[in-house]
Amino acid sequence: MNVRVLIGSKKGAFILESDAARRDWRVCGPFCEHWPITHVVADPADGTIYATGGNAWFGPAVWKSGDGGATWSHSSNGLAYPEGETPVQCAWVAHIAHGRLYVGVEPAGLFVSEDGGISFREVEGLRRHPSRPQWQPGGIGLVLHSIVSDPADPRRLWVGISSVGVFYTQDGGETWSPRNSGTRCDYLPEGERYPEFGQCVHNLTLAPGHSNRLFQQNHCGMYRSDDGGDSWRSIEEGLPSSFGFPVTAHPRDADTLFFLPLNGDTKGRYPPDASAAVWRSRDGGAHWRDSRAGLPQSGAYFGVMRQAMATDALDPAGVYFGTSNGSVYASRDEGETWERVAQDLPAISSIETMTAT
Amino acid sequence: MRAPAVVRLPYLLTTLFPAAERIVRIEAETVADVMNGLEARWPGMRDRLCDTTPSIRRHINVFVEGKRARLDTRLSPGADVFILTAVSGG
Repeated sequence: MNVRVLIGSKKGAFILESDAARRDWRVCGPFCEHWPITHVVADPADGTIYATGGNAWFGPAVWKSGDGGATWSHSSNGLAYPEGETPVQCAWVAHIAHGRLYVGVEPAGLFVSEDGGISFREVEGLRRHPSRPQWQPGGIGLVLHSIVSDPADPRRLWVGISSVGVFYTQDGGETWSPRNSGTRCDYLPEGERYPEFGQCVHNLTLAPGHSNRLFQQNHCGMYRSDDGGDSWRSIEEGLPSSFGFPVTAHPRDADTLFFLPLNGDTKGRYPPDASAAVWRSRDGGAHWRDSRAGLPQSGAYFGVMRQAMATDALDPAGVYFGTSNGSVYASRDEGETWERVAQDLPAISSIETMTAT
Repeated sequence: MRAPAVVRLPYLLTTLFPAAERIVRIEAETVADVMNGLEARWPGMRDRLCDTTPSIRRHINVFVEGKRARLDTRLSPGADVFILTAVSGG
């Protein structure tokens, strides 16, 4: 058994490799010709690795490696809006579910590949939603950056769009509806802070073994839903800040989740007091405990972006996060203790894991 | 018979298409024809150079006989076409 940590960075994809002990790590890369890579995922069915990115010269593409990163190809066949529309700038996020590869892009839209990343077609229903003309870009642009699927039902998907919110389909993408009830917009006038859409979702995840329990890190708060996003309730009490980017679920325990709060959207967006901590709940968000052992407790002026925290499938679960200043921190005891396993990489945008025998 | 355009590709582009050559001769009356010719030889290459506006990508420069060109720029027989990556990045 070995563990691979898949890293998207500003200057290519990297892979960290270790055996199941997760004590010694080897850095492989950079891959994808130094393109800015926003997300790297592996298909658990066959180990194929996909990396999304966008290059200032050559546009958006999805990179693919079928041999663990040794060789790569790239495609944007069909990853395009109709002529005359604002072209796709970047392939932003990848998600594998039910034999399909979903890709979220900027400007916000959803594409799917049913041939392993060779060609793509748009899931057009999302951009047909009547709210589309009112979607406004957030700080990173108008980006579809989060995709969550129901393992039990291939027709059910949730997506997160920056400054637009969460949208849901239960018919495989034909029709979509906003799922933002209970999430707030602190940046709107008083009395207008709970609109139907316009929320700045930062990241979404589904609790393992559940089809309707979702967790969300938002620009304005941390949230839980137990009804598939129909309603959200705040779970930020006990956390040091309501701001952050990633949220990560435990691979098997639906009550365990991890946030990495930053100090606030106007305060520099680094860990509170420049002292790094991952916050873990063992009861679905009711109570929180900070985990700091092995993390820098002063001078930590880094950010941790939307997809830049993940768990692995081992027992006890490993937890990993990557920073905007190019470090990767790993815990092999579910967040109790940490160590830095890579440093001086380019700015990290995403972390995912894969295990192989 | 019309002399083909002589098209020079940037090194970075050829790293994305390992079989690609740095200099290629393509029968073409416009820059768009050049792009179609490149696509026919190395599928996917047009997407790397053009977006779906359709336009040449913002950080790709195409020069024809020393002047910056667009997709509809016409080529004289045997024209020299340089495709270059612009200054970009950080």
